[in-house]
Amino acid sequence: MRRRSIIGTSLAVVTAMSLAACGGGDGGEGSKTLRVTLVNHVWTENIKKALPEFEKQSGLKVEVTQLGEDQLSDQYNVKLNAGSSDLDVMMYRPLQEGKQFGKNKYLADLSEKAKSDSAFEFGDFQAGPVQATTYDNKIVGLPIITEQEVLYYRKDLLAKSGFTAPPKTLDELKAQAAKVEADNPGVAGFVARTGKAAAVTQFSSFLFSFGGDFVDASGKATVNTEQAKQAYAYYGGLLRDHGPENISTDMSWSEAMAIFTQGKAAFYTEANSLYKNATDPTKSKVVDTVGFAAFPAGPAGSKPYNIPSWALGVNDNSENKDNAWKFIQWAAGKEQALAQQVAGVPGARASVWANPAGTASYPKDLAEANTVSTANGVGHDRPLVVKVAEAREIVGQPIVDAITGKDAASSADAANTAFQKFLDDEAK
Amino acid sequence: MSAVITPRTDSPEAPAASPETSAWSRWANEHRKWLFAAPAMAFVAVLIIFPVAWTGYLSLTDAEGSVRAESEFIGFQNYLDVLTDTDRFWPAVWRTVLFTSVVLFFEVVLGMAIALLLWRPFRGEKWVRVAILLPLVATPVAVGMMWRLIFDPNIGMANQLLGWIGIGPQPWLAGQHSALPTTMFIDIWQWTPMVVLILLAGLTALSDEPQEAARIDGASSWQRFRHVTLPLLMPTVIVAILLRGIDALKTFDILYATKGRGGGSFHEVETLNVYAYGLSFDYNDYGVSSTVLIIFFLIIIGVMWALTYRKKGLGR
Repeated sequence: MRRRSIIGTSLAVVTAMSLAACGGGDGGEGSKTLRVTLVNHVWTENIKKALPEFEKQSGLKVEVTQLGEDQLSDQYNVKLNAGSSDLDVMMYRPLQEGKQFGKNKYLADLSEKAKSDSAFEFGDFQAGPVQATTYDNKIVGLPIITEQEVLYYRKDLLAKSGFTAPPKTLDELKAQAAKVEADNPGVAGFVARTGKAAAVTQFSSFLFSFGGDFVDASGKATVNTEQAKQAYAYYGGLLRDHGPENISTDMSWSEAMAIFTQGKAAFYTEANSLYKNATDPTKSKVVDTVGFAAFPAGPAGSKPYNIPSWALGVNDNSENKDNAWKFIQWAAGKEQALAQQVAGVPGARASVWANPAGTASYPKDLAEANTVSTANGVGHDRPLVVKVAEAREIVGQPIVDAITGKDAASSADAANTAFQKFLDDEAK
Repeated sequence: MSAVITPRTDSPEAPAASPETSAWSRWANEHRKWLFAAPAMAFVAVLIIFPVAWTGYLSLTDAEGSVRAESEFIGFQNYLDVLTDTDRFWPAVWRTVLFTSVVLFFEVVLGMAIALLLWRPFRGEKWVRVAILLPLVATPVAVGMMWRLIFDPNIGMANQLLGWIGIGPQPWLAGQHSALPTTMFIDIWQWTPMVVLILLAGLTALSDEPQEAARIDGASSWQRFRHVTLPLLMPTVIVAILLRGIDALKTFDILYATKGRGGGSFHEVETLNVYAYGLSFDYNDYGVSSTVLIIFFLIIIGVMWALTYRKKGLGR
């Protein structure tokens, strides 16, 4: 009897414990806690400072999860695949994940909310970015950051080598990089991203300026055209001949930016939305000497990319869609867009660009460079496909081959074959 | 399994329980070893068997893009594709084998040497032990990032140190051929202490008598190690090899933290684990990724079986 009661009691305890473990969890519909996932970016730092204001006026509590780009896309992959509802607002890259998320129906349709809100003024968003955040004729995201590629350079080093102005053409860029490097031992003439996938976006402006593109109008792969081969050879060669010693082929923007801001390179081509990293005294040793110029012209002119790099969307499985919209309404609204632009992050609203206050805080030469880039810009900086990560690896191969001294032309031929196969597979 | 029959213990004086309770109690009593193991078995089923089975199922489909998207059953097509892929799969297998065997060799040899040094008491041994165990308590990702900074070809400490002794800068992690050996070095730096711990525990448990006898017989220290200590310690060595071997096979964090996705632009350090991760998270090819993981799983099971079989042989 005694033993029986012990067993009975233990079982009851175990059952009770396991049932208790199944409990918990908070409210569903319209929870007051909003979960927002953002990427490491100047925009995010700015929005976090302004959050208390939003929480006060909306009565919501915002939980921010902030991650690096790679971790962010992993997180989305895991959670969205699992159909998780614990993501509400998602900061995502329309050109990287947009098609994939659209195809998998991960993003909620915001058309009605965006268009019916007169204060939000959806018509104020530039057409290019809106196109990138539209899937299947539905608005699935609101663009918040736009980017163009510009040339970062060191005024002091150029002056020391006798150059009165930054390079206007890619030929001049090569000549100036060589001269500055020769005059300053230990300083590289040029630095840029070198990672196979990471470099693709920054290489795209070189490709366009040489007159090439990833695919032609009929959707055929074109990374082995004469123009593309020249662009690969130029970009890889410039890094090989005038880049940092012992150059790694793994650099993304943070590594390349570090070399530039540590004073170890004279020229650097990168997205303008990251310029604060070079002008912020806590992050940069070249605050007083950094200059900005429009992307140097190639045989086809100066054709930098001009793209919507980040947008805000709502998880289709979120149980808090109305509150998620409230956040987007505020974070992508006119007031915040202007505040962000004043703080140095280029936005996607026409009114902000038209407002002199929107560009007043930019370094003068950067504002000029942005104007030029916006006028000549190309609306994409990577192949516009569903599996962007894989495509970037394929078209990025000739970049790293050129950097390491292999033959860029034959590598481009191989890449084109692989890329065409990839496109055919995706079209099935 | 036969049910355990327990003698009835209820005495006539005991108050009669309700018929339901007594039937339930009796049943619980008869099956108690299953009942008490049930939570643990459920745990294993949910957290191990189900995911492995699901991965096995996915490997037979063309799942891609999203796990929840419709996928077709394609039999062993993925296995055929993967096993004939000489571009990424086989090099990854080769790197996995190379990485595992090299780090294992150095970790066991170094671990043994350090454990022998620490075996006998000496002054300041506490400090030495703490210093040796430090790498073990650091997070591998943090370790990877730390070494990445140290090995930076342009602003890293490693090349500065080499410069002081007149050696030119090395590419380390940035070099196409030096990246894998550099990651091996980091792994050895981090995990040798674990082998030291295991072997030291084994050494301190050995009895002194055989050592004494060998010493009296005039055996040199090498002979004593070779013919007395090592044979006695062998079961512990096998345990260390087993634990570290499985861990080294699965290494991911150090590789990811030092070379990023895809094991670098030329896949310099892409082992099976890194490859499978990339297939899932970069390419969203869940079917192919599952196939690689199942093959990897079978490899690990095979290695484990071989090692435990060897251990049994030694245990005799």
